[in-house]
Amino acid sequence: MKIDLSAILHAVLIHLGYTLFSVSIGFVLGVALGILFTRTPKLSKYILPVLSVLNTIPGIVFIGVLFLYLGRQPATVLTALSVYAMFPVLKNTFTGLNEVDDQYKEAARGCGMNHFQRLMLVELPLAMPTIIGGLRIATVYTVSWAVVAAMIGLGGLGDFIYKGVSSNNNALILQGAIPAALLAFILGTLVDILQRHVVPRGLRKRGDEG
Amino acid sequence: MLRFEHVSMSYGSQTILHDLNFEIDEGQFAVFIGPSGCGKTTTLKMINRLIQPDSGHIYLNGQDIAATDRYELRRHIGYVIQQIGLFPNMTVAQNICVVPKLLKYPKEKNEQLVRDMLAMVDMPYEKYAHKYPSELSGGQQQRIGILRALAASPPIVLMDEPFSALDPMTRRSLQLEVKNLQQRLNKTIIFVTHDMEEALDLADVIVFMDKGRIVQMAPPEEMLEHPATEQVREFLGKHLPASAPADMTAADFMRTGIITVGQDRGIHECVSRMQHHNVDTLLVVDDQKRYQGTVSIADIRLTGHVVKTIGPLVRCTTPTVMASDNAKDCFDQLVSSGFPYLVVLNEDQTVAGIITKTSMASAMAEHLWG
Repeated sequence: MKIDLSAILHAVLIHLGYTLFSVSIGFVLGVALGILFTRTPKLSKYILPVLSVLNTIPGIVFIGVLFLYLGRQPATVLTALSVYAMFPVLKNTFTGLNEVDDQYKEAARGCGMNHFQRLMLVELPLAMPTIIGGLRIATVYTVSWAVVAAMIGLGGLGDFIYKGVSSNNNALILQGAIPAALLAFILGTLVDILQRHVVPRGLRKRGDEG
Repeated sequence: MLRFEHVSMSYGSQTILHDLNFEIDEGQFAVFIGPSGCGKTTTLKMINRLIQPDSGHIYLNGQDIAATDRYELRRHIGYVIQQIGLFPNMTVAQNICVVPKLLKYPKEKNEQLVRDMLAMVDMPYEKYAHKYPSELSGGQQQRIGILRALAASPPIVLMDEPFSALDPMTRRSLQLEVKNLQQRLNKTIIFVTHDMEEALDLADVIVFMDKGRIVQMAPPEEMLEHPATEQVREFLGKHLPASAPADMTAADFMRTGIITVGQDRGIHECVSRMQHHNVDTLLVVDDQKRYQGTVSIADIRLTGHVVKTIGPLVRCTTPTVMASDNAKDCFDQLVSSGFPYLVVLNEDQTVAGIITKTSMASAMAEHLWG
């Protein structure tokens, strides 16, 4: 059994590309919708349960349905992955913003901040640890969800896994599985580092300092 | 400076504020007090438009605040809350500069501003400016909370129970600091509290509210002297001046169980009674126990050998008062008469007791110190 390193590297790059692109789109959408939903509590009371039901639909089903409409092209995979990456970010943004203590909102209002200033100067910074927590979940999950890209023949590390499963070749499966696991681990660690940088010093727990 | 005209508000069927009318002058320290749910905090929050009245007008420096931009309005009104609410993601310096930044003060001025502000509360710039709120004690946090409210030099500052979450020592020193700052900077302060002691210490004028109405609005001294209602009196409680002496009578503090003797009694019996009770004077009564006068050991020694009973020796010079007489009048009479005691009589002229200077002193002490 010969290991084709350049093939693995190529697959890793495609996989990474899918992940980074989808997580970026999902993050922006998730934060934006999360903010929107906290501003429209009446609407979000109905929409959020619907979204969490959608979230439970297996990715493979969603990607299959999209395949029927969009055909076999990267957009199909990227759309599906972006939507799935969006869910944890949206949920955590919504929770994080709602959990900002009333005293800070009240103080911000009393100081004369308008809606936008309150959001940017107070609420988002205070919700940031929770939002980044959502980003971490989205990133790690998207690495594994991106495996399904191979299902419709669009490459990535899933290729090895599908081929290995169909040809009963364990070594081939591991060629996909091990890099995918490493990728998830590395990206997760990068998000943790990001977390340290975006969480204001005043919010960090004592143990995190220095 | 600040004027409420016919301000009303209700929530559902519940009336929160009922046709509120009042005026606070510039530089006054106005304290709103009352039972919880009386509308004091609602009133405060209407001033910076955190709450809108259903009807009526609020004027700040002659301008109807409903016609102003609410964000602009709030930037020119200081606001201090009980929970302090320093932004935990910002340093002390950044917190102080929040409002100046919103008002787009030139950035270069901010550092000097922070220095000046911290100096006012004796917190060295080098030590505190770059700390985060979580690194400060509660008292220090609220000092910064007050500085944040003062940073853009608003003429008026709203304080919603700012010290009630602090321990008594810290509260006391912050009260003094705030009162000092207010007088030094000539700020108008609208202060909400449920602590009457705090109100009496700080206020130029106390506004007592209940059920959305103003019950009494008066300077502390006037409120203490003339509480408008029983409820206000209850709130003032122990701070009231020694329960108005007007209510006290001679019966409240006279000494009872006084030794008396019948006027037809013999000299010897009298002397032995005086010796037995270790007194030099006895009160003399008739057979109906009515007061007749006093007899003293000195008179008995002088003329006791010529009389058999004490009748002829009885003197009526000791002043008498009635048990229902006003206590203060009794004291006055005792002091001015020069006698060592007064005799207190009941309606039927029987002896109720006596008032001595000692009983007077202990009665006064009891009402001064409880």
